[in-house]
Amino acid sequence: MAAPCVFCGAAASYRLFLGGRVSLSRKQGVWKAAAAELQTGTGFQILRLRHTTGVTTKKNIAALRHEAYTVDFIKKQIEEFNIGKRHLANMMGEDPETFTQEDIDRAIAYLFPSGLFEKQARPIMKHPEQIFPKQRAIQWGEDGRPFHFLFYTGKQSYYSLMHEAYGKLLEAEKHQNQLQAKGLFSEKTKTKDLIGSRWLIKEELEEMLVEKLSDQDYAQFIRLLERLLTLHCGAKEEFVQRFRRSITVQSKKQLIEALQYDEQGTAFSTSEGKRKSAKAEAVVYEHGSGKININGIDYLLYFPVTQDREQLMFPFHFLDRLGKHDATCTVSGGGRSSQAGAIRLALARALCSFITEEEVEWMRQAGLLTADPRVRERKKPGQEGARRKFTWKKR
Amino acid sequence: MLKRMTRLVSGARQLDPGRLLHGGPQAPQSLAAHPDNQVPDGSPRAVSCTSEGDPARHGEQHEARHYCIPLQDLRTTFPHGLPPRFGMQVRTFNEACLMVRRPALELLRYLKNTNFAHPAVRYVLYGEKGTGKTLSLCHVIHFCAKQDWLILHIPDAHLWVKNCRDLLQSTYNKQRFDQPVEASSWLKNFKTANERFLSQIKVQEKYVWNKRESTEKGRPLGEVVEQGLTRVRNATDAVGIVLKELKSQSRLGAFRLLVAVDGVNALWGRTTLKREDKSPVAPEELALVHSVRKMVRNDWHGGAIVLTLSQTGSLFKPRKAYLPQELLGKEGFDALDPFIPILVSNYSPKEFESCIQYYLENSWLQHEKAHTEEGKKELLFLSNANPGQLERLCAYL
Repeated sequence: MAAPCVFCGAAASYRLFLGGRVSLSRKQGVWKAAAAELQTGTGFQILRLRHTTGVTTKKNIAALRHEAYTVDFIKKQIEEFNIGKRHLANMMGEDPETFTQEDIDRAIAYLFPSGLFEKQARPIMKHPEQIFPKQRAIQWGEDGRPFHFLFYTGKQSYYSLMHEAYGKLLEAEKHQNQLQAKGLFSEKTKTKDLIGSRWLIKEELEEMLVEKLSDQDYAQFIRLLERLLTLHCGAKEEFVQRFRRSITVQSKKQLIEALQYDEQGTAFSTSEGKRKSAKAEAVVYEHGSGKININGIDYLLYFPVTQDREQLMFPFHFLDRLGKHDATCTVSGGGRSSQAGAIRLALARALCSFITEEEVEWMRQAGLLTADPRVRERKKPGQEGARRKFTWKKR
Repeated sequence: MLKRMTRLVSGARQLDPGRLLHGGPQAPQSLAAHPDNQVPDGSPRAVSCTSEGDPARHGEQHEARHYCIPLQDLRTTFPHGLPPRFGMQVRTFNEACLMVRRPALELLRYLKNTNFAHPAVRYVLYGEKGTGKTLSLCHVIHFCAKQDWLILHIPDAHLWVKNCRDLLQSTYNKQRFDQPVEASSWLKNFKTANERFLSQIKVQEKYVWNKRESTEKGRPLGEVVEQGLTRVRNATDAVGIVLKELKSQSRLGAFRLLVAVDGVNALWGRTTLKREDKSPVAPEELALVHSVRKMVRNDWHGGAIVLTLSQTGSLFKPRKAYLPQELLGKEGFDALDPFIPILVSNYSPKEFESCIQYYLENSWLQHEKAHTEEGKKELLFLSNANPGQLERLCAYL
């Protein structure tokens, strides 16, 4: 920290100054006070120069670092943002009072249409808190004394958080002991709160505290929170919930097609699948004997290679419904293997309509419902292929 | 997936050596139906095999069962050899077991009821690739051999229209070409198959081979064959003579003639052979093809003609073609025109089950899931009950 050094230096020079003054005045009492003053003044300045050269440069760097986003600057930005928001609302003809961030995003996308692929490179207008990184305010006052009592630990927010958490732990234990003493202690399970949420990761905690942490610090903190959770106490819930983030369950996003019924009353379901450049559409009938027709041709003749037929077999075999469904597919594009993959995806998606949600989740975890994102990589100039370079000749 | 795997594992543990489970309940039924079975109770072989070795007695009750051909019969009946994959299976299992299937049973019924006074009927076996046309033909040939017919078996006509090294200009007819190698090998096999007839049948004309050699009228046919074998240059002509003689003498009734040609669509397609000036050779310009074409015409009586279409060795035909019209072309179809088509299709569920049982009994399927129902369903799906595909799949298991 450069700031303390300034004052240390100043204090040292002050002390030196005092010492210098006294000694000089003792030695040269003949001189006039002005001359002595001048000498000690120059001496002071010289001393000052000697001691403060390094300090001034450090102070400049520190000042630059902090002055980039001072509190006033951020406040000014926030005001400008709010005024700009109201102008924007007026421009779009909407009510400035109820203009939300989503409305802002839509308005900016409308006013500044951008064809850039990278979403983060497009024009944005957000609250300054989201744009400017969080900074630590100056931690010490004018007299040089830090505000926080844990300042000299180096990681004041982290240790204060640990202190707070431990304090809550002690309170909870005391409360529990009191209940046990009174005999009102009852076992309650609180595990259901934990499902669907996860602890903060280290990066998120660092962002919250605006401080660098080490892995051991993070682990220690999580252990403390878990220990706090084991003591069942309702008052601590909000404290702990601050450090948990919810995770969305993936499978809820799965689209399940509706069943359709044809003239005879048999249920069937249609869906599509893609792989590389092959597109396939499959119609799976509920009752059948395991026959599959592709573009009007039997699958044995369409795919003479066993590997492709194994790909078709995978969804049915996984759900244990090998001889129970009939399927008719159409496929175009791609090669032999990508057509097989596309049909496999289409069949799996079509089968979702006939099975339970749990089985859909199993299929998703097995990777049957995910479209394969791999496509052919483009050839780059200066290379022979996508990755292969030209033969390297030494001369 | 883990749950599925545990389910499969627990299923496997509950199963005993799976054969008995499958063989047990079905065995007593089969014993009741066939008193001629000498297989003891509860043996799994009763399910997929039958001990009825004579094709003449094969009937509906033997459908989907395998029957054994004794190995010494193999050498006399099939000197050309069986289809290569089946030959490998025979060598592995040390026994030749053919499945009795519906198309073959149909053909056998027709053959049993042929009227030898009428012109020879042509039967054409057709079907998708790998469904069992060639093996059905072998079944029929075995039947005829047991019935003491004279068998004229061309194992694969496609071999005569491609990959021929030496084409000689025919001595008999300047426009045609001889194929000495193919002709002589065929003559050798013909001799092995029909040893006993060669001395009985007498030649009805005099044939002059060259300045020094000739065959007199009334000599046994064996001499013509010998001549073809020793003088390789005349082998093709010898073949032509044999065919002509057999055709003319079959109506006399001394013997019954079976003409069995596999891959008959080769006779009317294109060839890959070229003359010295690189111009292509048409099939009719090959003497062997010419003589077989004459044989396959139904202007003789006293026998039957059984033909098989095959896409596998065919030239310039698309992979998915299997109908007679597509494979024979217009010319061939017209030449064969009044024929009885017999469709050979994939295995029925019963036949499929029987085939799997046969493999299991011979310990050919070593995979632990092969015994289970799920394993069988997988095999059924992957092969779609196609015999050829199933055989190729099981080779890995």
